[in-house]
Amino acid sequence: MPDDYRQYLIRLIAMHGISEIMGALPEKEWVPRAPTLHRKLAILAKVQDELGHGQLLLRVAEDLVAPLGMNREDLLNGLFQGTIHFHNVFHMPAPTWADAGIIGWLVDGAAIITQGMLAQGSYAPYCRALERIIAEESFHIQHGESICIALAEGTRAQRQMLQEALNRWWEPLIFFFGPPPKSELTKHQDLGLMYRLRNKTNEELRQRFFHKYVPRIQALGLTIPDPNLRLDKETNTWHYTQPDWSKFKAILRNEGPMSRARLTLRHSAWEQNRWVREVLSTRAAVAV
Amino acid sequence: MTARIETPAQALADPTCRQALVELLFQLADDDLVLGHRDSEWVGLAPHIEEDVAFASIAQDEVGHAAAYYGLLVDLGEAESADALAYSRPPDAWRCALLLERPNGPGHYLENPQFDWGYTIARHYLYDLFEMVRLEALVESAYLPLAQLAAKVRREERYHLLHMETWVKRLARHSSVSRARLQAGLEKAWVDLYGLFSLGPEGPAMAALGLLPGGRDRLWQTWRERAQTLFAEAGLPWPGDPSPVMLDGRAGRHSADLEALLGPLTEVYRLDPTARW
Repeated sequence: MPDDYRQYLIRLIAMHGISEIMGALPEKEWVPRAPTLHRKLAILAKVQDELGHGQLLLRVAEDLVAPLGMNREDLLNGLFQGTIHFHNVFHMPAPTWADAGIIGWLVDGAAIITQGMLAQGSYAPYCRALERIIAEESFHIQHGESICIALAEGTRAQRQMLQEALNRWWEPLIFFFGPPPKSELTKHQDLGLMYRLRNKTNEELRQRFFHKYVPRIQALGLTIPDPNLRLDKETNTWHYTQPDWSKFKAILRNEGPMSRARLTLRHSAWEQNRWVREVLSTRAAVAV
Repeated sequence: MTARIETPAQALADPTCRQALVELLFQLADDDLVLGHRDSEWVGLAPHIEEDVAFASIAQDEVGHAAAYYGLLVDLGEAESADALAYSRPPDAWRCALLLERPNGPGHYLENPQFDWGYTIARHYLYDLFEMVRLEALVESAYLPLAQLAAKVRREERYHLLHMETWVKRLARHSSVSRARLQAGLEKAWVDLYGLFSLGPEGPAMAALGLLPGGRDRLWQTWRERAQTLFAEAGLPWPGDPSPVMLDGRAGRHSADLEALLGPLTEVYRLDPTARW
């Protein structure tokens, strides 16, 4: 394969895999605190899926970096050194139970839109992994939506908790799909289009998200925190307030609100348990 | 020969039986929920990604089993729902053994956790073997709904035990470092081990009524025999019989660790216990 194709894939798939692993952290915060046994089981199953997706994707990325003399440990080190990014949404705080609902419903909802496109790409090992991931993500959306519906139909305080979580997550959800065209940040997109690793622009994906989720969010009686959001029926295009894209760039430099804390949490656990990985990766002194 | 008790109504008809059965079910449920909670704290922080997936799965099994035991307590009229039992009891109403409420290591799961894999594996292995031996007794329980549930749970627990045995052997025999970490974990767990085998004040009735056939003696003897076999296989010295402990979790006497665990466990529920979540 061409070198820039390989490099693009490594960047894409390693980032995706690492994001699944880092993405387990904000929701995992709520696993021990889930308010019913049923919710606890569901969110545990979801976090397990995310970690499983991380493993599946890192296996694909490991194959791609192997000819470069690298392995999984190098990919994780790339995360800790800041050369491999994790997705912008996972740099955000999740201070209430409602955040766990919004993540499951809307962040996974956004993810499935991107992944549905990526699954039609030109690199088959990635597409095969995505097929399985998408099947599982559709359960996650139902899990998140179910939490949100319970809160929306609940007490005044529960509805307020949900609205505040939506307010917090709306901008990250706009950021989710990346910057619009004609931005200095979109060169990378063009290469993806050329190699048929993607067939839609960031903006097309964002529009798709609006079409699907704006009516559903409103149906729950929630207010979307953007007074300019409206559908132009003639062009079938959603107009919305452009967020401050320099904030997005800062997040990708690991300067988001929770970037350092989550990286430190993952990194310190990784280092503290290095001895355990050595048990698995080196030969035993005595035959087991 | 003990009488077969086929329905909750039959169990409730005899106050002695009801009391022993309720105590037993709380021990079963609380052990699993508390350990499942500790397991879930590891998720995202495990030594490698495959183990993260495994611990998330094991935690689900433990919580699922707890929910099923609470369900039997609901059938006996102990509460309206399994959630009410899991989320609204004060610490002295809990019947888990102290071994299970201990933290995974220093630090908090959200902030600067310094979890100890050696202790985690040691504790889990000791408990999973205990649980297997207890389930083998429970499939013969005089209380039919419990015997049927135990048969189901045993099928899943088999894999937990296999997983932990594999880790124990691997850590014991790999290097002096891993062996020392495991042994330190075993030593720490051994301090609380005696309490695992306590059945609390209702223990004799549980055995006499056939709710837990064989009672404490059968659990301890079978457990010791199998644990000694694995220790020998792994080349680990036998630490000796455990000493009695000051606090008996089965009698509702707990360490501060349980209170610290119940804080996060019930945090959201307590915002409004009457709300639907």
